Formats: sequence, structure tokens, C-alpha cells
Amino acid sequence: MPSAKGETMLRVEGIDVFYGDVQVLWEVSFEVREGEILVLVGANGAGKSTTIKTISSLLTPSRGRILFQGQPVHTRRPFEVIDLGIAQVPEGRRLFPEMTVEENLLMGSLSPAAKPRRAESLEWVYELFPRVLERRKQAAGTLSGGEQQMVAIGRGLMARPKLLMFDEPSLGLSPLLTEHIFELVRKVNAEGLTVLLVEQNVHHTLAMCDRAYVLENGRIALTGSGDELMSNDHVREAYLGL
Amino acid sequence: MEVFLQTLVAGVLKGGLYALIGLGMTLIMGVMGIINLAHGQMMMVAMYVTYVCFNYLGLDPYLILFISVPALFLLGVLVQRYTLNPLLKVESLLPENQVLMTVGVGMVLTEVARFIFTSNYVSVKTTYSDATFFLGGVSFSVALTIAFCFACALTGGMFWFLLKTDLGRSIRAVAQDAEAASLMGVNAERIRTLTMGLGAGLVAAAGNLLLPIYYLFPDIGGPFTRKAFVITILGGLGSTVGAILGGVTLGLAEAFGATYIGMEFEDMVGLVIFIAVLLFLPGGFKRLTKI
Repeated sequence: MPSAKGETMLRVEGIDVFYGDVQVLWEVSFEVREGEILVLVGANGAGKSTTIKTISSLLTPSRGRILFQGQPVHTRRPFEVIDLGIAQVPEGRRLFPEMTVEENLLMGSLSPAAKPRRAESLEWVYELFPRVLERRKQAAGTLSGGEQQMVAIGRGLMARPKLLMFDEPSLGLSPLLTEHIFELVRKVNAEGLTVLLVEQNVHHTLAMCDRAYVLENGRIALTGSGDELMSNDHVREAYLGL
Repeated sequence: MEVFLQTLVAGVLKGGLYALIGLGMTLIMGVMGIINLAHGQMMMVAMYVTYVCFNYLGLDPYLILFISVPALFLLGVLVQRYTLNPLLKVESLLPENQVLMTVGVGMVLTEVARFIFTSNYVSVKTTYSDATFFLGGVSFSVALTIAFCFACALTGGMFWFLLKTDLGRSIRAVAQDAEAASLMGVNAERIRTLTMGLGAGLVAAAGNLLLPIYYLFPDIGGPFTRKAFVITILGGLGSTVGAILGGVTLGLAEAFGATYIGMEFEDMVGLVIFIAVLLFLPGGFKRLTKI
């Protein structure tokens, strides 16, 4: 059900974020529109993961606000964010290693909206990732990196979110697997989910996204469509090595 | 051979109760990452609850489980919410401070019990306290056998809860990765409070079941905290299967020590095994069972 792209779903308005005394984000503003793949690119330490953590309420902005479909997100506690329809595929996957794959997936569907559709969601995830179905009884910690990433994505889908955030899904994966994971991100988007993707892998992500923001030293430096940024001199020089 | 079988039976039966003590301790260890050094003292409180209900209300000790377990669940919840959770909010405090707090809680519980009940030994004598039955030439203590059955049922129920329910899975998830669990919508603070309640409830059941065959005085908590600690180390910190193996191992070690070395060496045998595990199998049975 490809919804009309364009309506603002998530709006981040001028947030300042600190880790203790160290300021990491300066007046970061951007918006994610319904149905799109929005990419936030930037070098290591630019503040990409901090942005995701702030949207998940694990960090609280000292200034600015975050709105999801008009509702404030930044005032919620971390465990209340998923109820809004925002799920996350965290950096490093963060599966529950001693639980089985299926138990990990079930943990994804605790929110009141997702719970009644649990069986249906499970079927949907297994259909999308047949590999995960094969491994369902195995402890998540024993899976390979690529398989774990699939489970992490599946766990995010189990929440039946409107917005799914990916935090560096290609981290630690081989180029071939990275390709595959980005393919899955597109697949998820094609299922009707809005995607916020945070990546270091600029080349791949700019090619697949609708729009992108470039984060540099905690500030939004550039924005535009994927194609626009691909042909931008600064991006070509600093990120694509062209 | 008969003595050996007799000792084996006594050890396993006692081990069932120890497993219950260890299971509560290991749950708390897994979720909170701390050793609850008030564990035995909580058990002592449960035993006094049982004693009071038996003496003044004339209830059957096994019926009192329905009072002592909820009462200690509540005590555990209160301890977590009002003494341990506030410590978690101060980031500069190390987890060690929570352990110190449990030591303090244990002391307060002991002294309050002494204030109310004095230091005298008391016991609960039922018709079946000293009763035994024979099976193939081996004698079984009726009270201990009943206690063992309860312990098995409670342990089984606990496993079902942890493996098959959303709440149980959430407890395990918080133990494995609290931040990831909160991203899934789990309120980790509430899970911690619940876990402390469950741990206290489990050890309450053990204390309650033990009382008809044991004695009680305010300082009994300390030795049981030590036993709980030994069981948890034997099993591997945070391991539920390990806690059961550890409990049964300690029960067997004590029984065989008492029979073949001497009554007064009962506790020593347990501690020798404890040291041996630390030296030769650091990480406990968890290293072998992987759960």
C-alpha cells in the first residue's frame, strides 16, 4: 500500500543534544516524509547514532523538540516510543543472544497495537526472510552477522511500525551482505513502511534513497534528493572520493 | 549401600529447597547484575511470617505459603522501589553500592526480627515434622518430601513463566540487554522491581517449606545468604538451570559431608566445593549447560 509520499511523519526541530558535558548535536532539524526512504549520512562521530538515540528517547534534547505525526516524542520515556509506531533496528543489532530467534521476534511485538497481530506478523517476517524461519529455534547469539541483521530487521517489523529506523545496518558486514541488507531495506519500504536510515556507507545509500541529509560535526550540512547530493561537489569530494 | 542411598535421598530432597533459594538469587543476579546479600534475611522474614501464622492463626504451614509468598513478594518490591531503584538513578554510583544497600537491608530485617521476636530459637512442630515413610528400605522424611514436591512445582512453574509468557521473556530480555529491551517497549525499571519481588517470593517459599523441619532465630538469614551465594556461583551467575544444579549439588555435598565426614563438617564440604568450582570451573555449571 504505497501511501502518498510527502506528508511529514517525523519532524525533528532544532535539537541540541549532550553526552554529559559534551555537546554532540547542534540545532539539528530534519523531517521524514510518509512512505519515503530518508537517509542520514555522515562520517564516524558526526552524530548519526546520537540522533537515532534521541528519537528513541534514550537521550533527551536540551533544546528543540521531536514530533511524530504531531505528537511529541522527546517527552516520552524510551519504552513508550514504540507505542507511537516508531521501531528501530539498533546499531550492532542488539539481539537477545540467549533467546531463540523466534523469542527475539516475539519481543518485537509487545506494543498494544502489534500484539493482536502477532501470528500474522510472524508469518509475514518468515515470508520476507525464509532464512530466519530455518533458524527460528536457534539461540540468536549463534547466528552469523548477516542472519542476525535479518532477525533484527524482523524484530523491528514485528512491531508493525509506521516508521522503521535503521542504525548502521551494514556495520561489520561484508560488501556482499551489505548489498543484501540494503536490498532488504528497500523491500521493507516497498511493504509500505517509512524508513529512516542512518549510514556511513554514503555511496550505496544515496543511490537508493528518496532524500538525504548530510550530518557533519553534529550539524546538518547539506540536504537534497539522493541524486542531487551524488552530484554535489562537496559530497563527491568528502564522501565518495571522486 | 543403604547408607549411601539414604544420604543420596536426603541430599536430593534438601537440594530441591536449595534450588528454590538459588533460583530467586540468580534471577535477581541476572536482571539487576547484583548479588542480593539480603536473600537469606528475606527468607528469615518469611519463616517468621510462617511461624506467626502457624502459632497464632493455627494455619497449616503449607497453607501459609499463600500468605508468606505474597508477603515477601511485596517486601521485595518495596525494597527494590525504595532502596535500590533510587541508587540506579544516580549514574556516578557503581553497582557495588546496590550490593552494599542489600547488606544494609539484611541487617535492618535481622534487627527488626530480633526486636519483635527476641533472639530465642523457635520452631514449628507439626504432626508430620518428624514423620517418615519407607521406600525400598530408604526412609523419606514426610515434611521434606512434601517440600521437595512443592519446590519442583514452583521451579517448573517459574520456568514455564520465564519461557512461555511475555512478562517472563521480558525479564530474560532485560537481563540480556536492558537498553534493547526498552526499545521493544519493556519498562526495565518495572521489570527489576517485579524480579526482586519474584526472587523474594521464591526464597519465601523455601523458608516456609523448610520451617517444619528446621528451627528459626533472627540470625538464620546470614548462613542462608551464604548458601544462596554458593549455589549461584556453582550454577553460574544468572543461570536458572545452573541454580537448580547448584542447589542439588550443595544439598548432596552437605548430605554426604554430614554422613561420611561428620555432622559438624556439613557446611565445610559445601564451601570446599564452592572453592573447587571457582578454581577449576570458573563460571559454574553455566559453562557446561550454556543456559
